[in-house]
Amino acid sequence: MRRVVGILPASIVPSEEAVLGAMGVPPGSEQGERVDGLVADALDELRRAACPRGVVTNVTTDEFARIYEGESDNDTPSPLAEIFPRAEELVLFAATLGAPLSERIAALFADGSLALATMLDAAASEAAELAGVHLDGLVLEGARLGGQANQFTRALRYSPGYCGWNLTGQRALFAALGPEEIGVHLTDNCLMEPLKSISGVIVLGPREIHEFTDDYSFCSACPTHDCRRRIKELTQTRP
Amino acid sequence: MEILGQIAALLERGEDQEVRSLTQSAMDQSLPALKILEEGLLAGMQVVGDRFRAHDIFLPEVLLAARAMSAGVEVLKPHLGKTDLHSRGKVVIGTVQGDLHDIGKNLVGIMLSGAGFEVIDLGKNVSAEEFVDTARESGADVIGMSALLTTTMPAMKQVISLLRERGLDSSVRTMVGGAPVTREYASEMGADGYGFDAANAVECVRELVG
Repeated sequence: MRRVVGILPASIVPSEEAVLGAMGVPPGSEQGERVDGLVADALDELRRAACPRGVVTNVTTDEFARIYEGESDNDTPSPLAEIFPRAEELVLFAATLGAPLSERIAALFADGSLALATMLDAAASEAAELAGVHLDGLVLEGARLGGQANQFTRALRYSPGYCGWNLTGQRALFAALGPEEIGVHLTDNCLMEPLKSISGVIVLGPREIHEFTDDYSFCSACPTHDCRRRIKELTQTRP
Repeated sequence: MEILGQIAALLERGEDQEVRSLTQSAMDQSLPALKILEEGLLAGMQVVGDRFRAHDIFLPEVLLAARAMSAGVEVLKPHLGKTDLHSRGKVVIGTVQGDLHDIGKNLVGIMLSGAGFEVIDLGKNVSAEEFVDTARESGADVIGMSALLTTTMPAMKQVISLLRERGLDSSVRTMVGGAPVTREYASEMGADGYGFDAANAVECVRELVG
């Protein structure tokens, strides 16, 4: 089933700590009033300019296999290639914070408000991630209500450009999902516009299928190893 | 000069209004604008850059310091010669063709300006011709290229190749950076320098400019 989802701006506003974390500030680090003020201004800008929306559609394992194959330039092996055949449900997704926010960030840079522009950019990146979390929750809830998932089911997102899924995979993903309806377009280089957009697949399944180690060939080049945190959060969640 | 030390200290704390006010006071005391720039503002930014590289402070504090630097420079600008403000070299920066991510490139621009370089920011989705033509016409020392996508990284090599084709590679050095770019990839494509983050990019340009 395909559906377009409106997302309340208030639900995607990140915490100050998350924004500072995105800028490389360690958790618990005291930044002072000026920095706090800058974050608060950025979050106000975010609330004013963000128009978050999402789109999701269910696909079968076979359909996703073709989408994942894309242009045959994924890394092999990869975690997703091993995980998706075991999924209870696969849901393509895209979410965006909308063009006005990207335009606002660009305008702030253009008029020399570099500090606020940079902080807003970081806040928007965190907000886009929260839009993804929102869709995770929505899809999981829907699957439970529909009987396709149970209390042990967990959701984890994967996106082209990460974990061995080549960025060119965006083309097959977009062809199947049609996120143009929510205003997200793909450039020739597989870049999403507006920039503060995310896309990929939500994999539903028991905790065990989501667990993998970060020793694939491409992991050494990954600057974040964020998969560790995401998997840990899943395993810490109680049914 | 006590006041110059105070300007540097205020800048380090990101106190833009106070930096603006004290810079004006220094001018009112007939201190040379260039001296205020170098021993007040740039000296403060040097400390900020050093502390950032040492992970003693973080990006938000650098941004506030850069904002304070701009506030002080605005006061000095009418009194500085054309080359005073950016005496340390000229750098053309941009995000390569096909790529629209510019936050990393913008941070590099902020850091380079704060370190006393003249920055010509071509923005994003910049063609090889635009990089090379701008560098030639402006007499730039360095071209700094950014890419955030694996699909657009090859565009960096096109710029380097075009510089070579036009015989400019000995006078204009190249620096690359961006999330998917590694030192090995930079070396493979023939870049003169690799900046793994904004602070490192400043060091890289300093080395390239010599």
